[in-house]
Amino acid sequence: MEVLLSHLDAFAGGMRTTAELALASFAGALVIGVLVAACRVSPVAPLRAAGTTYVETFRNIPPLVLLVLFFFGFPKIGILYSPFTSAIIVMAVYTGSFVGEAVRSGINTVAAGQAEAARAIGLTFSQSFVLVILPQALRAVVPAIGSLFSAILRNVSLASVISVQELAWVSERLIADTGRPFQILAGTAVAYLMMTLPSGYLFGVIERKTAIKR
Amino acid sequence: MHKSRISLLALLVALAMVAAACGPSEPEPEESPTEATGAKEAPEFAAGSTMDTIQKRGNVIVGTKFDQPLFGQKNPITNEIEGFDVEMAKIFAQGIFGGTLEEAAEKVEFVETVSRVREANITQGTVDFIVATYTINDARKEVVDFAGPYYIAGQDIMVNKDDDSISGVEDLNGKKVCSVQGSTSIANVVEQAPQADISISFDTYSKCAEALKDGRVEAVTTDNIILAGLIDEDGGETFKLVNNPFTTEPYGVGVKKGDDALRDFLNDKIEESYEEGSWEAAYERTVGAAGIPAPEPPPVDRYSSSGASPAATPTGAASPGATTTSAATTTAPTTTTTN
Repeated sequence: MEVLLSHLDAFAGGMRTTAELALASFAGALVIGVLVAACRVSPVAPLRAAGTTYVETFRNIPPLVLLVLFFFGFPKIGILYSPFTSAIIVMAVYTGSFVGEAVRSGINTVAAGQAEAARAIGLTFSQSFVLVILPQALRAVVPAIGSLFSAILRNVSLASVISVQELAWVSERLIADTGRPFQILAGTAVAYLMMTLPSGYLFGVIERKTAIKR
Repeated sequence: MHKSRISLLALLVALAMVAAACGPSEPEPEESPTEATGAKEAPEFAAGSTMDTIQKRGNVIVGTKFDQPLFGQKNPITNEIEGFDVEMAKIFAQGIFGGTLEEAAEKVEFVETVSRVREANITQGTVDFIVATYTINDARKEVVDFAGPYYIAGQDIMVNKDDDSISGVEDLNGKKVCSVQGSTSIANVVEQAPQADISISFDTYSKCAEALKDGRVEAVTTDNIILAGLIDEDGGETFKLVNNPFTTEPYGVGVKKGDDALRDFLNDKIEESYEEGSWEAAYERTVGAAGIPAPEPPPVDRYSSSGASPAATPTGAASPGATTTSAATTTAPTTTTTN
């Protein structure tokens, strides 16, 4: 127990970095996800193909492989980013594919009459998408996006492999320094719960606030 | 009829037994034990000792590195592990199982132990002992025990071939330096170059070399032997060694804390290998083949498990090319790292 208390600032630093990574990646994933969903339901065939390719590629490759490929492999073709930035880019691209699928399922729940009415009053596809469809779709998929955020919080632990000093990295370093793996890992698990449980509660609040009253 | 058949069978069995007993019963004449790779007799061990357990089990499980050129590296074609640490492990196996070095080598099962899992693997008993460029220091002695040292390296710096800005450890201040988590190398840099940027670190040195090549870091630091292997892997084209060692790193065999019998046995085998020439032969087969001449073998440290090792006197920078001077003036193997 003392070993945890004496390293509280290390844990706090790791938690902060994890939170920063998760929030930045999530913001990127949301943007990418909405764009991908738009492509997949678009009337333009090449866009639909591009969206489907994106989702199938990044959903089916393990995030660790993507991360190592981007960090160690891409510099050979001239793309070099810091560990922190690389982690954000990769996690956003990876989770973006899942967010895209979630948003697309939300779009499918929107009654067809909405799209028809939007076209009937003269809105273009983009206008009807942004003003009519998307607001209703997003309200329907808040729970799914909430669990994707929780997944990002845990997936950014992979960034420890490319030496980003987030919580999992701090945990490994403390195990090496103190030689007490069980206590440190128990503390790490608690630290992750301290982040994932509140975010789950927060998304529950958002869900209730944005629920569609049918 | 029945009775005579039984007695005929009994006669044949008796004849067969006599023939076997009268067959060659002398063991093959042993080559003189001073032959480095000659066949040895398997010794008897005290019942209950680790060596006895290993001998009865029929194989010895040794932790080593799989990606450390010259010391412990997996050959991707043959899937065999090769290196100086591997050769030492085979010598130890020969001490337990007897036979020739090649026969004993068959009984060794190698497990990959990267730097930061070495202590855990020993305390949990996943391996019998570890020979993996394992630097002996007091902090580690609180968790595991060491036999040896069987080699003394020194920590050095590796930079890109066209970089002339770093000529010693002080030059690392303000630069990005890569090393491996949980190694003594990182601790030494923190102590001797406090302003060095060590934020980028990985779990293996090969990743550090990649980062140096990509320009993410400006230097990689660890024991000079490991660096020599990394340089050698790229054919000497990409990196170069600063060749100004700033620590002494005694490599030892990690064993479970308190297992004094195993420690004494391993120390005996190490000293035997010095006398018989098998140590030098193993060195020439591995590290020597990369062009680094063999130093004097270091005296082993038989510290008592209750107290600390004999007072450590730093011998200063030890480069592998130095012949008799550095090791001969050592009164006791040193543990210079201070964490």
